[in-house]
Amino acid sequence: MMQFEYKVEGGDFTNAGNASSEVKKILKKLNVSPKITRRVVVALYEAEVNIVAHAYRGDIIVEIDTEKIRIQLNDEGPGIDSIEQAMTEGFSTASEQVREMGFGAGMGLPNINRNADELNITSEIGKGTNLEIITYLNKEN
Amino acid sequence: MKIQELLALVDGKVVTSSDYNSYDIEYGLASDLMSDVLTFDVENSILITGLANLQTIRTLEMSDIECVIIARNKKVTPEMIELANEKQITIIDSPYTIFRISGILYENGIKPLY
Repeated sequence: MMQFEYKVEGGDFTNAGNASSEVKKILKKLNVSPKITRRVVVALYEAEVNIVAHAYRGDIIVEIDTEKIRIQLNDEGPGIDSIEQAMTEGFSTASEQVREMGFGAGMGLPNINRNADELNITSEIGKGTNLEIITYLNKEN
Repeated sequence: MKIQELLALVDGKVVTSSDYNSYDIEYGLASDLMSDVLTFDVENSILITGLANLQTIRTLEMSDIECVIIARNKKVTPEMIELANEKQITIIDSPYTIFRISGILYENGIKPLY
């Protein structure tokens, strides 16, 4: 199994997407199909932007084995009040700055969900949010 | 549609140095919302947008979209050009509005996805 770790800073829009870009490079090198690669990096990118947009800082841990890609995103931040509400398309608490960057329309978590084979979210108010995104390599969607 | 042909139609200017000769555009979308762009999963597509920042280029990278038209001559930053060149993405500047560019491309056979 391979493991990669990345750090993400809240508010750092210049570097938002760096981790996703690195992961895309790795998946390409490993000859993962373009379709699966796209699903993984789109989900990861939305999640990475979420950390930049909402949290103070976060870690991304990517584990790749022969069966699946498991991505964990753990952030220190305000947490999500209602995960059910956050999963609803159109619901957003994003700032004006986030909207100016082309995000914050309440599509992030639904987009992640659409591109993940499994998505697990836990969150604690005042502490942070943890996401687990799993994509299976042998399952073309 | 080849990018060379498109440039004449939208009075466009390529501001990147990526090689675009082999890129054949079939589908188009116009959006300033990057989450919308990230749902667009067809090959050979082009984005028409008024949003000119680094995340525009990052979004194209993740979506496998190799070409973007920035409408109404918005300022394309050196950082955007550098990232686009690294990722083999072509940025085209056009003085026309998103509405006009979309109309021209649609009329010339570029297809919508939804």
